[in-house]
Amino acid sequence: MKQMQVKPILILVYGNLSRGDDALAPLLLEQVQNLPETLLEKIECLTDFQLQIEHALDLQNRELVLFADASVANQQPVEFSQLNPAYDNSYTTHAMNPAAVMQVYQDTLKAVPPPCFLLTLQGVEFELGAGLSVIAEQSLSQATEFVTQLLKSPILEVWQEHCSA
Amino acid sequence: MYEHLETAQSPENLKRVVIEPVSRVEGHGKVTLLLDDNNHVKQARLHIVEFRGFERFIQGRPYWELPVLVQRLCGICPVSHHLAAAKAIDQLVGIDPENLPPTADKMRRLQHFGQVLQSHALHFFHLASPDLLFGFSSDIAKRNIIAVLGEFTEIGLQGVKLRKFGQEVIRMVSGKRIHGSSSIGGGVNKSLTKEERDYLLADVDQMIAWAEDSVALIAKVHCSNKPYHDEFATIKSSYMGLVGKDGSLELYHGGLRLKNAEGNTLFDHIDYCKYNDYIHEEVRSWSYMKFPYFLSLGQQDGWYRVGPLARINVCDYISTPKAEVARQQLMAITDEKMVHSTLAYHWARLIEILHCAEAIKDLLHDPDIMGTDLVATGVKRYEGVGVIEAPRGTLFHHYQVDDNGIVTKANLIVSTTSNNHAMNESVRQVAATYLDGLEITEPLLNHLEVAIRAYDPCLSCATHALGKMPMEVELVNAQGQVINQVFKSTSQGDIEKTL
Ligand code: NI
Repeated sequence: MKQMQVKPILILVYGNLSRGDDALAPLLLEQVQNLPETLLEKIECLTDFQLQIEHALDLQNRELVLFADASVANQQPVEFSQLNPAYDNSYTTHAMNPAAVMQVYQDTLKAVPPPCFLLTLQGVEFELGAGLSVIAEQSLSQATEFVTQLLKSPILEVWQEHCSA
Repeated sequence: MYEHLETAQSPENLKRVVIEPVSRVEGHGKVTLLLDDNNHVKQARLHIVEFRGFERFIQGRPYWELPVLVQRLCGICPVSHHLAAAKAIDQLVGIDPENLPPTADKMRRLQHFGQVLQSHALHFFHLASPDLLFGFSSDIAKRNIIAVLGEFTEIGLQGVKLRKFGQEVIRMVSGKRIHGSSSIGGGVNKSLTKEERDYLLADVDQMIAWAEDSVALIAKVHCSNKPYHDEFATIKSSYMGLVGKDGSLELYHGGLRLKNAEGNTLFDHIDYCKYNDYIHEEVRSWSYMKFPYFLSLGQQDGWYRVGPLARINVCDYISTPKAEVARQQLMAITDEKMVHSTLAYHWARLIEILHCAEAIKDLLHDPDIMGTDLVATGVKRYEGVGVIEAPRGTLFHHYQVDDNGIVTKANLIVSTTSNNHAMNESVRQVAATYLDGLEITEPLLNHLEVAIRAYDPCLSCATHALGKMPMEVELVNAQGQVINQVFKSTSQGDIEKTL
C-alpha cells in the first residue's frame, strides 16, 4: 500500500453512534474537529466502529497517538493512561484493544510503535437506538476539555503528566 | 429443566466477568451441556442470545435513511447491511437489479468484494489460523494471532495487508473507510476517479499472489491431518446460497439454490423476493435465536448451512480462473458430491478471498467503474427485498413503507441465524466426541469454540446486545443441578470457574 503523507499526531476513536453511550468517542471527535484550526494543524482524526489489526498500519510515522473509547469500567468520567504493547487473548472476538494493536504493529512491522495513550469516557447504557445517558454527557464535556488541553501541548512528557495512573 | 438454565443464565446476572476498561459491543454466546450419572453427554446446546431490536430500530424511519442507519446494526458487518438494504431500497424506488446503471452495479460489487475479502482475511489470519496452525492442544497463548504473527511473520503481515487492502477498496468506493454511505436508492453517489482506481490497481496483483499462497497453505494444513480435518465437527447437511443464471458463484446478486447432503439440487434460481414462500423461521423454547428451514421439507429436514462452504458446494463453477482451480482442488478431497467437513469452511473462505481479489482486479480494469451514470429512477413501491451473500452467508433485508416513505415493517434474516441449527449440530458432535468427564478443561472449551468459530458467527449481528463474554460452558447433572461452569472474559481470555 502506498504510504501517504501522514500528520504527526493521530486521534483514533471507536464506537457506534447508534448505540447509546458507545457513541461517546465518535462524538468526542466531532467536538475536537470543531476546535480552532491552529490546534488541529498536526492532527489526523480517524473513526471506526471497532479496532482491528489493520489499524496497526495507521500508527506508522506518528509522534503521538491518542485512542478514545467509551467504557463501563471507568470510575471517573474521564481516565487517561499511556499504553504498552500487550498480547491480547480475545481471539474469539472481532474487536481488539489498543494495546493489542500496538503489539500487532511491533510484530508485523518489526519496530517499536509510537507512544500511544488511551482516553476512556464513562458510559453506562449501550442499547441500540438509545441516546447518551446523563453520565455520558458529563464525561463527553469533560473529555472535550481534557483533549483540548492535550492538543495545546502535544508533547510526550506533558501527556505523561496528565495520566491518571 | 431447560427453563431453569435460561433463568439462571440471563447475562445480567453474570457479574463476575472481568471487564476491561475498554468496553466493546459484541454478542453473547453460550454452550450448555447436560450429562447423565455416568458423565455421558445427553444434551449440548449453543445459545446465542438474540435481541430482535433491529426491527424496532428501523421501523418509523424514512427509507432513505436506511443505508446509513443499518450500518450501525453491527460494527463487524456494516457493509453487508448497507448493501442488502440498498438492494431492498432500489425496489422501493422502483428499480430492479437488472435496471441498475452498470456503473452503480459494478461499484456495489467492488465494495462487496472488498468487504468479503477483508472479513475473510480477518477471520482466517486473526481469529482462526492459530487453531489450524498449531492444533487444538497448544497452550492458550499460541492460539493467539500474535503467536502466528511472531512465528509466521510473512503470514501475519500478509493478513494485515490483505485486510487493509479490502478496507481501502471500501474506502475508495464510499469515500470513507467504514461509515461511508455509497449506495442510495437506485444507484450509488460516486464512481471511482482514475487516481482511486490506480491506487488500488497498484496493489491488486500482490493481493492475488498472497491469496493464492494462503489457499496453498490451508490445503497443506487440511491434508496434513486429513481424517481429523475431514471429521472434526462435521455434519451432513443441505446448503443454500445465491448462484448466477449460469450456476456460477455469486456474492452480490442471483437466485437462491438449495442442494441436499447428497448433492442433489432441490430448489434452483428461487426469486429471493419470494423467500417467505420457501423459508420459515422456527421458534424453539430454549433458544432466543430462531431456526430457519425450508417449509416444504419440514422442520426436521429443512435446515441448511450458509456461508463460504455452502456457496462453494452449491455453485457449478467460479468465474475467476485461479479461484476456480482452487474450488476444484477443494471439491476433490472427497468422493462425495459435497464437502461436508466443517473445518473446510476455512478453506472455502480462502478460495473466496482469492476470487474477490481476482474480481476486484477485473472490475478495476472495467471502464464502467469510472462511469457517470450513477442513479436510475422508477415508480415508487411499498415493499422491497434485498438479499446478498454476506461474508458469513445469505443476508435478507425486507422492508415495507407507507405513503410518506416511513418504514412500517422490517424483517431481517442474518447469516448467523441461518447457521443456528448447523452450529448446534456441530457443537453436539464435538461434545459427544471429545467430552469425557465432568471437569471442563480449557482444551474442551476451545474444541467447542473451534467448532463454532469455523462458521465465523457474527454474534453482534445476531444479538445486538452488549455482551461481556464470548463463550461460556456449563455442566448440569441428571438432577438439573449446575455442577460446573466455566466462562472466558472477552478481553483477557482467562478461564474462570464457579461453583
Ligand atoms: Ni454482524
